[in-house]
Amino acid sequence: MPDLNVKIHNLTLKNPVLTASGTFGYGEEFDDFIDVNTLGGIIVKATTSKHREGNPYPRMAETPMGMLNAVGLQNKGVDYFVENIYPKLLKYNNCVIANVSDSTVEGYVEVAEKINRLDHIQAIELNISCPNVKEGGMAFGTSCPSATAVTRAVREVYDKTLIVKLSPNVTSITDIALAVEEAGADAISLINTLLGMAINPETRKPVLSTVTGGLSGPAIKPVALRMVWQVAKAVKIPVIGIGGIGSAADAIEFLLAGASAVQIGTANFVDPQVTTKIIAGIQDYLTRHNIPDVKELTGGLIL
Amino acid sequence: MKKYILNLRVRSNKRLNQNHNLIELGCDSPLPSMVPGQFAEVRVDGSPSTYLRRPFSIHRVDRGANTMHLLIKSVGEGTRHLSALKKDDILNIMMPLGNGFTLTRNSEVLLVGGGCGVAPLYFLAEQLFRQGNKVNMLIGGKSAGDVLLADDYRAFGTVYVSTEDGTLGEKGMVTAHPVLAKRVQSFSKIYCCGPDGMMRAVAHIAETNHIDCEVSLENTMACGIGACLCCVVETHKGNQCVCTEGPVFNPKKLINWTSETETGCSLDQ
Repeated sequence: MPDLNVKIHNLTLKNPVLTASGTFGYGEEFDDFIDVNTLGGIIVKATTSKHREGNPYPRMAETPMGMLNAVGLQNKGVDYFVENIYPKLLKYNNCVIANVSDSTVEGYVEVAEKINRLDHIQAIELNISCPNVKEGGMAFGTSCPSATAVTRAVREVYDKTLIVKLSPNVTSITDIALAVEEAGADAISLINTLLGMAINPETRKPVLSTVTGGLSGPAIKPVALRMVWQVAKAVKIPVIGIGGIGSAADAIEFLLAGASAVQIGTANFVDPQVTTKIIAGIQDYLTRHNIPDVKELTGGLIL
Repeated sequence: MKKYILNLRVRSNKRLNQNHNLIELGCDSPLPSMVPGQFAEVRVDGSPSTYLRRPFSIHRVDRGANTMHLLIKSVGEGTRHLSALKKDDILNIMMPLGNGFTLTRNSEVLLVGGGCGVAPLYFLAEQLFRQGNKVNMLIGGKSAGDVLLADDYRAFGTVYVSTEDGTLGEKGMVTAHPVLAKRVQSFSKIYCCGPDGMMRAVAHIAETNHIDCEVSLENTMACGIGACLCCVVETHKGNQCVCTEGPVFNPKKLINWTSETETGCSLDQ
């Protein structure tokens, strides 16, 4: 049996398959379909300092091999998370990671401080890349000084593993990656959604209430793979690959490009069992190629 | 109610008119429990432009034959693909999803359906009939061709029809039909599914006459299980997912539904 364990800083994952924030709710939505504990870990829906209603409907547009969303970080705020959602996450014995977002540095710090006290949350993923909020979110992740500032501020109050999730909507993703590494990130995850747009030609109106939204799904996979490859070469900390992964072969591409683990996002909407199929598929691949340890795949691209 | 992912076999695919099909699906093992108003998310295989599943109301359930029916309107690539399914094709379906209608007992009720909005009302009419209710069904359409399956509902009660162009039944909007305009007080509950404007107008009539009402919404969805938060509707408790908190809602819980003074509707909406 090949070894599927991977390490991301201080985290030990039983396999390299995580779920992407915002695509897996708080885990329980999937309990009818899979044993969530068989996954490497789950990254739950983003938490902000205050309750957020998110953006008005319509929030979604299907596009060729993907979708645009403009949910806008709808969540009930960190205090509600701590009191009501955290207790329900205790049933998961794999790695549970919180995704943290906000519109101010102080807000990010507040959420990170409060989540730092929760023993069962082993890491946070700092979301500096949400394209769907008017202030903050992606704005932090599109310039080196602001990415540095928010990462450094959270690093000061957060003791456990700090993952920073990068936006692809930048000129040079490696510059941002190097900036957050320098500012104290323990790992980097990428990519968040690509800013996009859809118009209804009959009405001449945008499909989304916010006009623009974040593109995800298989359509973005080549872009994500290229960015993971560039970033993995540039930084020393582990990289987690995200973007259009829907099969074991897709996941293996990201590992070969330099990722130590992957996140499955939009594919969960089409097949709630896709994560377990990907884990089985990675195992098959390793067996078929006589590779004893999945870690050997990371950066194994042959040029 | 536990949700399943099932591979169901197409038993028959009946074309009702130019753009509506009734697909009967079967399974070797017993179909799961489900209630009227719940829906299924159907994966559309072999249609490259259709990435996400498509939600459809559970139209009818035949426990004897162990089959269920979906009423499908062809509006795009995905639904056109489903309409072309052949006997013995396999459909991957996630079900049952969402919350169903609240069933009354031993009362007189009115079901109002517009266009393919009749989809969840067959299963509902059948169950209401079994619970001892006197069932009235009002079906509306733009034209005679849009009035779907009217005869099928006669097994459970009285059927009324209206069309905007007068080609079948009363001429005009469903809300102008005498059963709603003149004898609405005889109903203890109104159930409605159809275009947004029609449901709002019916909800308004129900509110004005202090009659309990439920509507079934059809927002654009991705996951169908409350994970993506895309299909939200504004309620007095904030944005809620239609897929998990609905699709059936009491319109009083929805913002800007019952306070508006709408009096008519068009199936264009």
